[in-house]
Amino acid sequence: MPFIPHTEDDTREMLAAIGAPDLDALFDEIPADLLINSLDGVPAAMSEMEITRLMRRRAARDGAPLCFIGAGAYEHHIPQAVWDIATRGEFYSAYTPYQAEASQGTLQTIYEYQTMITELTGLDVSNASLYDGASALAEAALMAVRTNRKNKSGRILLAPGVNPTYEMVALAIAGSQGITFERVPMDGVTGNADMSFNDEEAPVALVIQQPAFPGTLEDVDRLTNWAHERGTLVIAIVNPISLALLKAPGHWGEDGADIACGEGQPLGVPLSSGGPYFGFMTCKHKHVRQMPGRIVGRTTDLDGEPGFTLTLQAREQHIRRSKATSNICTNQGLMVTAATIYMSLLGFEGLRQIALRSLQATTRLVAGLTTIDGVSRLFEGPHFHEVAVQLNRPVAPVLGALAARDILGGYDLSGSHPSFEDALLVCATETKTDADIDAYVAAVAEIFAEERGHSA
Amino acid sequence: MSELPGDLLYTNDHEWLRREDDGSVTVGVTDHAQAALGDLVYVELPEVGLEVDIGGDMAVVESVKAASDVYAPIDGTITAINEELADDPERINADPYGDGWIVKLQPSGAIDESELLSPEAYQSLLDEEDA
Repeated sequence: MPFIPHTEDDTREMLAAIGAPDLDALFDEIPADLLINSLDGVPAAMSEMEITRLMRRRAARDGAPLCFIGAGAYEHHIPQAVWDIATRGEFYSAYTPYQAEASQGTLQTIYEYQTMITELTGLDVSNASLYDGASALAEAALMAVRTNRKNKSGRILLAPGVNPTYEMVALAIAGSQGITFERVPMDGVTGNADMSFNDEEAPVALVIQQPAFPGTLEDVDRLTNWAHERGTLVIAIVNPISLALLKAPGHWGEDGADIACGEGQPLGVPLSSGGPYFGFMTCKHKHVRQMPGRIVGRTTDLDGEPGFTLTLQAREQHIRRSKATSNICTNQGLMVTAATIYMSLLGFEGLRQIALRSLQATTRLVAGLTTIDGVSRLFEGPHFHEVAVQLNRPVAPVLGALAARDILGGYDLSGSHPSFEDALLVCATETKTDADIDAYVAAVAEIFAEERGHSA
Repeated sequence: MSELPGDLLYTNDHEWLRREDDGSVTVGVTDHAQAALGDLVYVELPEVGLEVDIGGDMAVVESVKAASDVYAPIDGTITAINEELADDPERINADPYGDGWIVKLQPSGAIDESELLSPEAYQSLLDEEDA
């Protein structure tokens, strides 16, 4: 997109044309007590040289440890071509292209992305993406409330496997809008939802995460049918890579999930201290009017030639103002471009190979870990690329000892649920070789043996 | 020049209402409104049984270029909605005063006609907007 600068004269002329004395006058409507004039805690400016040195030093501290942490963001191999193509000038923008006549390439990329995500999730329509997986859940909850208008309860039920961070984000975004989030009790044996609880009032929606946060596989068909029997909508949170092996949300139960969302990061976006990642969202066609965010459509122009354009914009805030479906009208354009290239390069068979290889790696990891005295599986049953193991001792010191061996040993589940005390969530993707896994198992065995030695 | 039947009442928001023999009121948007909106692509309808207050949101009509609220012209209860609009919103463009009706309301009390516009008053509103 061409850059058009403006000079001080241009600015003066524009201000004069609208009768504003200076740029600050454009923000007059913001009450003075809401303006922040100084940012406490933000250090003084540094020169480029200083900041480069500081950041290099900090980045070096990361090192290149072997990473066995998942819990929502996953390390996958990203083919070199993905970011080489994504950072070309033609694609290198985070923004939605409004001007169809100047943005056909970007619009087509988003359109292809939408097509791929709808195929993965088995649903009819996708938006152009959202900020991240957690905020996508918040948007899905708000969307469910708008869609299921007959239900005035504002109650969203969360299966026990919903990522606790997602719950916190959803509550922060949607909690002040009369929406409550309640957890379905957990079956202590399987880790799945215990639907035998006494639920008198039908909730607006039931949120089901697959694979569940502690790595278990939820009985999604049963839960979906349970919800639909009550006129309750089903929101699926899914890992896109897992969908190469697991049933797509659109096929859950008799009628399929109504909305699917999740974290798109595993599709070609590197782990980078929490972001930028991207959220995805798809839904059944009948719910599309309530879907937030941008949607790119394929159409024909005046000459009958195919082309791409933003569509269904009347849902959006620049047209509907305060009645918009969402005030999040942006997307994570650059991340989506990378994901689209990633999926194009791999194809469905490639995704399946990655999913299978990750499953095998995790299976080997768990088999190895559970040979150690004091390590067992928290829940039996099938899993994807993440499993919770129960340790016979606190997790944090073990993770500390592993870190000293340059291994990020997993996610400490202690505190995230009463029955997860001393439980560790481990993940091995296709990036982990048999040697990596064996090294990790050997390190844990060594740490356990050392501690036994100390206490003896 | 938009069509403007003489047997209807109108509102400042470009809606029309017809008092039916059974005491109910049928509501839609005017020919002028449908022309200004352009081709309608979607109509969001309320639930039957919903109680509405005059001036409150009742429905949404959405065209390719805009979405516009339809307000309740009187206090009352929704007794019927034009379900045909779900699949065929362009009925409003084709026949705004007939097949393109949006809802029927049962008024909760006597209708205060001073809050509404006669065909002549609505015509002068349109003339003013054109001027």
